[in-house]
Amino acid sequence: MSSRIASIRLVSSHREVYEPCDDSFALVDALLADRTNLIEHNPKVCMEIGSGSGYVITSLILLLKNEVPGVHYLATDTNPIAVRVTKETLEAHGVDADVVCADIATGLDKRLAGSVDVIVVNPPYVPTPEYEVGMEGIASAWAGGENGRTVIDKILPVVDLLLSDKGWLYLVTLTSNFPEEICLMMRKKGYASRIVVQRSTEEENLLILKFWRDQDEVSHKEISSPTFLAHFSRSLSLLMEKRWR
Amino acid sequence: MSIRVLKSSATKTHLRLPRCERAREREKMRLIVHNMLSCNIRGVVNKFPLRIEPEKVIVKEVDFNPDFLKHMIAKIDWKALVDGARSMGYPELPDHPPTTLESDESFLRKFHHSLLELNLEEGSLVCPETGRKFSVNKGIPNMLLHEDEV
Repeated sequence: MSSRIASIRLVSSHREVYEPCDDSFALVDALLADRTNLIEHNPKVCMEIGSGSGYVITSLILLLKNEVPGVHYLATDTNPIAVRVTKETLEAHGVDADVVCADIATGLDKRLAGSVDVIVVNPPYVPTPEYEVGMEGIASAWAGGENGRTVIDKILPVVDLLLSDKGWLYLVTLTSNFPEEICLMMRKKGYASRIVVQRSTEEENLLILKFWRDQDEVSHKEISSPTFLAHFSRSLSLLMEKRWR
Repeated sequence: MSIRVLKSSATKTHLRLPRCERAREREKMRLIVHNMLSCNIRGVVNKFPLRIEPEKVIVKEVDFNPDFLKHMIAKIDWKALVDGARSMGYPELPDHPPTTLESDESFLRKFHHSLLELNLEEGSLVCPETGRKFSVNKGIPNMLLHEDEV
């Protein structure tokens, strides 16, 4: 029986490339949880921005390929070693994707604008000093600058450009990233959102967010920013309460 | 400051078994992605398509999926595909796609071969306006810009 997601023992590695960790697993769990919706969604183009070891894009391909044939998968990473590792991981699992070494989606954004149906991103989200952002090597996998938002805030406009009308974004965040602010920003661009997975580890409080375009949801429900933020906090508290029961 | 730790917890330190020996060649840069790549240098107007300077091209078989191909026809820049295929050693594509695809399997097969089976392993992609070369190594195009190009 073929595996539904990538197998850790087949994931390639390199000292300068981030190995799959709790955040990667949480993102894949979110995709697994949403698998039925994804299949029904029938995406034609799926993309991972910042593929690192290739664990997430490989898992996405494996969990869709039997039910959704004929999808164009792409992966980018800014680390030239990570793109090689991603390719090796894909190959080890017998699946294919087009991998490009790019800063977010440089070189691809013009031609792919409005075409991508699913984007998955596990960004560098750790709050760090600004000078650490964009450093070469493995630090680029986690260094997120002030509130861990510097790279996230660069990625989101690119995602908005790339996503098709029916496009979905899955984004890994920490509560320290002020995810409610991210959701509010995206709401102003016409995206609804929800928390797909919430996971607390020893060091991190992870939230996997899902975004989709929904002008009806966003414009007809006239809602002020403070109210939106309050709703978000309430949803998050409820989610966390559920876990403790 | 929380640091993302590369933890070696019990669930993650499996002994890495040797990777499966693959009979097939590795995935390389295909024309489907070449058709999506343009030069991102600031100020460049004529940024697509990138000219291909191949050094190593291999052919790798991919399952034929007519539905996928019919979907892709609308998204593909045809001239870029024809020129790209030619530069990779495959001149069989017609200058224009036929008006009715359904009945033309021979065309779909040529389209399939060009789009998905021609692989650039080593070479360069050249900006039509500036001549700047983006290298392709082990099948991966490197589109990263230098600081002065951003």
